[in-house]
Amino acid sequence: MLVSIKGDVRIFSYAAVGGAQEAKGPLGRAFDFIDESERFRQKTWEQSEGEMQRIALRKAMDKAGLSDGDVGHLFAGDLMNQCTSSSYGLMSFDIPHVGLYGACSTAAESISLASVMSDTTDSISAAVTSSHFCSAERQFRYPLEYGGQRTPTSQRTVTGSAAFLLGRGRGKIQVKQLMFGRSVDSKISDICNMGAAMAPAAVDTLTRFFEESGTQPQDYDKIVTGDLGREGFEITKMMMAQKGYNLDAVYDDCGLLIYNLAVQDMHAGGSGCGCSAVVAATSLFPAMERGEIRNLLFIGTGALMSPTSAQQGLPIASIAHLVHLSVM
Amino acid sequence: MNMDENYKKFAERHAPKSPIVKDCLMAFWVGGLICVIGQAFSDFYKSRGASEETTKMLVPVTLIFLAAIFTGIGVFDRIAKHAGAGTLVPITGFANSVVAPAIDNKAEGWILGLGAKIFIIAGPVILYGTLASVIYGLIYYIVGLF
Repeated sequence: MLVSIKGDVRIFSYAAVGGAQEAKGPLGRAFDFIDESERFRQKTWEQSEGEMQRIALRKAMDKAGLSDGDVGHLFAGDLMNQCTSSSYGLMSFDIPHVGLYGACSTAAESISLASVMSDTTDSISAAVTSSHFCSAERQFRYPLEYGGQRTPTSQRTVTGSAAFLLGRGRGKIQVKQLMFGRSVDSKISDICNMGAAMAPAAVDTLTRFFEESGTQPQDYDKIVTGDLGREGFEITKMMMAQKGYNLDAVYDDCGLLIYNLAVQDMHAGGSGCGCSAVVAATSLFPAMERGEIRNLLFIGTGALMSPTSAQQGLPIASIAHLVHLSVM
Repeated sequence: MNMDENYKKFAERHAPKSPIVKDCLMAFWVGGLICVIGQAFSDFYKSRGASEETTKMLVPVTLIFLAAIFTGIGVFDRIAKHAGAGTLVPITGFANSVVAPAIDNKAEGWILGLGAKIFIIAGPVILYGTLASVIYGLIYYIVGLF
């Protein structure tokens, strides 16, 4: 069902942290903090990912001049087993913590839940997500130095984290509506083609949103999915057109925006919860504040498989959560 | 919501394929180059007075050593990305598949990290390679009876 946020909840501060490849991409200069070594002064890659979350949230809070006591709740998630990057990385904040797992959809999921919390409790909430290429490779694929080849449909996990602060009465970017996704059996079991696995989930959520809200794609300045990459982007456009929704003029995907795909060897594009989060914080939301985008549909897309489910031959379950944002 | 099998077939058809001709050519010349390097070491060891038996041992050891070093300094995977089977099939690929998880899992400790995970990629090759050689040995023995 369509959820309307009635109480004027706005995203009033945000910050993004990234790694070497993200710095080389077209959005590189918009990051608040970059560590080219991607270590973030930590011993393990998992801790590096947690540290990215800490830096992102600290920067977002500093920008707004907030201290720990001002934030009511934290909604945070990542790709690691048991979401350790969020719980360990954000341990130093004295803020109640709600851990989330939505795979790569977590940016939209955490912003959605944070806005509901801010709406019902009239308090400030934070949404933080991250992914790290090195920790994700270790958990989901092969050791980092393993000499393998990737298929053209494979995507690169973005090393990045972004934090968003939401509350009433400050900032320009208002959260208007939410549409949570349904878990979709994509029938795709190739973990190197997550774009095709997630596209049906994006189509499902978008279609339900247009039907329930009575709007059309042309009512929005931009419709951006999280990390479908080249493959999922094309399939989504095609499937939406079959349903009578022409996305051509307004549609984009964070997986295609984060890297310069013509130069950087990233196959079908970027992925991971960091992908949509950092693209929102470095490109989409600044564009909204400048007034270039007034009405945005931001759709976090997630592939919910685990290494175990993939090895046991289960198809990839996917999900897409939609956030409708608009400029005051 | 469930998609049907038609979607799976559609996605498979829609997906761009790996450039097989380019991949084969790369694998051919890089794999061939590794063999030439092996042969050069073989000639070198023999010229220094090593016996045929010793040379057969020294050449793989040298290639494994080099592959391990290149893996350790982070060069191997950059070559393998282009070379594919060219670096995977020779003994260099085996060395890489052992050294890479060893480096990767050091953070979890010497026993449960490095010790337990070192053969996570090479393990199946070792297991089924040994099994295949046992079966081959049995067939060889039975055929020899007649």
